[in-house]
Amino acid sequence: MAAIIETRQLTHCYSQGTPFEHTALHAVDFSAGAGEYVAVIGRTGSGKSTLIQHLNGLLKPTSGQVLFDGADIWESKERTRQVRCQVGLVFQYPEYQLFEETVYQDIAFGPKNMGLEPEEVDRRVKQSARFVGLEPGVLDKSPFDLSGGQKRRVAIAGVIAMEPSVLVLDEPTAGLDPSGSAQILENIRTYHDEKGACVILVSHSMEEVAREAQRLVVIHKGSIPFSGPPGDVFAHGDELEAMGLGVPAMTRVFARLRSMGVDVPASVYTIPQARDAVLTALHRKGAV
Amino acid sequence: MALRDITLGQFFPGTSPIHSLDPRAKLVAMVCYIVALFLGQWFVTYAILLLVLAVVVAVSTVKPKALVRGLKPVVFILVFTAVLNMFYTPGEPLVSFWIFNITKEGILHAFFMVVRIVMLISCTFLLTYTTSPLALTDALESLMGPLKKLRVPVHELSMMMSIALRFIPTLIEETDKIMSAQRARGADLDSGGLIQRAKALIPLLVPLFISAFRRADELATAMECRCYHGGEGRTRMKQLHYRPGDVLFMLGASALAVSIGVLGHFGL
Repeated sequence: MAAIIETRQLTHCYSQGTPFEHTALHAVDFSAGAGEYVAVIGRTGSGKSTLIQHLNGLLKPTSGQVLFDGADIWESKERTRQVRCQVGLVFQYPEYQLFEETVYQDIAFGPKNMGLEPEEVDRRVKQSARFVGLEPGVLDKSPFDLSGGQKRRVAIAGVIAMEPSVLVLDEPTAGLDPSGSAQILENIRTYHDEKGACVILVSHSMEEVAREAQRLVVIHKGSIPFSGPPGDVFAHGDELEAMGLGVPAMTRVFARLRSMGVDVPASVYTIPQARDAVLTALHRKGAV
Repeated sequence: MALRDITLGQFFPGTSPIHSLDPRAKLVAMVCYIVALFLGQWFVTYAILLLVLAVVVAVSTVKPKALVRGLKPVVFILVFTAVLNMFYTPGEPLVSFWIFNITKEGILHAFFMVVRIVMLISCTFLLTYTTSPLALTDALESLMGPLKKLRVPVHELSMMMSIALRFIPTLIEETDKIMSAQRARGADLDSGGLIQRAKALIPLLVPLFISAFRRADELATAMECRCYHGGEGRTRMKQLHYRPGDVLFMLGASALAVSIGVLGHFGL
């Protein structure tokens, strides 16, 4: 798959030249293909937020390159601005960035900044509101009168309305209840499927990323120790636990089974996979 | 990002003798030093004051680069002061064209003014770099203690100040975050004319104010939950005590101010 966005030997150092100097990323090579659903996982302070802020040019690399569609995003000022509209970034707790009088105006802020025609802006606002499951009646309300979960959806719609070809979300489900999280994840999946956009989901919930993403990228202390399909990454269960990241419950069950000498694969992470693996193992024993 | 580099009220933790001085001693010494700066009239006195500053900086292990960075925002004021003083001081004209006269006194005056401001800012930055904001407000509360008799709400003032100082970095971080988020939505914050720029601030200021009010509310609740009810009968975990070194430091600073004042009186 052709990479739509990638970083080459990306290093970032905060507060260079002061006693608070701190290197958050060490020569990171990251890439995501067009239409791919990638999850970035890591603990708090592992550098994942720093990495994603490089993807649309909010942070400038201390050294190394960020490429979008094969060209450096820092080539010119104009290019950086273009890339910001192509790579949509939803921050953690995005509901704190709402500011307009109505939900409609807030969602329209991004498309308007892109200089689109009013009809196009209108179409995008309505479409993105539908994507995130906002009722049409909500559009005329003040964003500050909504519930936390709805505010979050408005904020996500504000980025989706720019129709980015890469959508990056930093912990979009943080602080939401299970049904709220499930809805948001479903909205993101809909956007991914319908627009064929590349989605980069930052999370520390293994269960969540295991269900959603095609590929996992693990960040630990500013570099990427593992990356690959969920099954392959979860096969490194012990190393992941040592980094303070859990593995899905199913993977843990299978790791225990393996350590007890049962011949089952290590790369199981969902319940259907577990069922199949158990049935295969039983067949082999001739029990079923 | 430029915002992160704001050094106002920043504290660089350290273990130098200057760091471990009593904050009250540092505060008093700074006031003496500033008084001395404005009493001096003579090149030699400024050389002495500069030497004193250099020694304190060297002992404090604060990088001179950090002090220079603190001066950057006031460059405009410095130039403005220098130019005004140069043109508007009466005296023996050196150069004159059209309605402008540059006088010898003017140049001297401008030079002294700039030196004073630079040294004044450097020494205040030195204080905040080497003293934690908490220690600084404790020192203020303790030094203003006698005013309590005049019903000045000293404790409340210093509590407000320490809360304000405490939230400067938080609000800067918050501003930074909101700026990034709005930039990610294509907001153009740093180009265009004055009106356009002012308009571009709305997406920044509205969320910032909302979050500041939310924080204030949460902080008030948290303080009430811990039974905070003002300064009366409140004890401290860290009591301030003068040590011989602190007294010596204050005496030295006041001696400096007095001697420079005396020299200044004789026109030196």
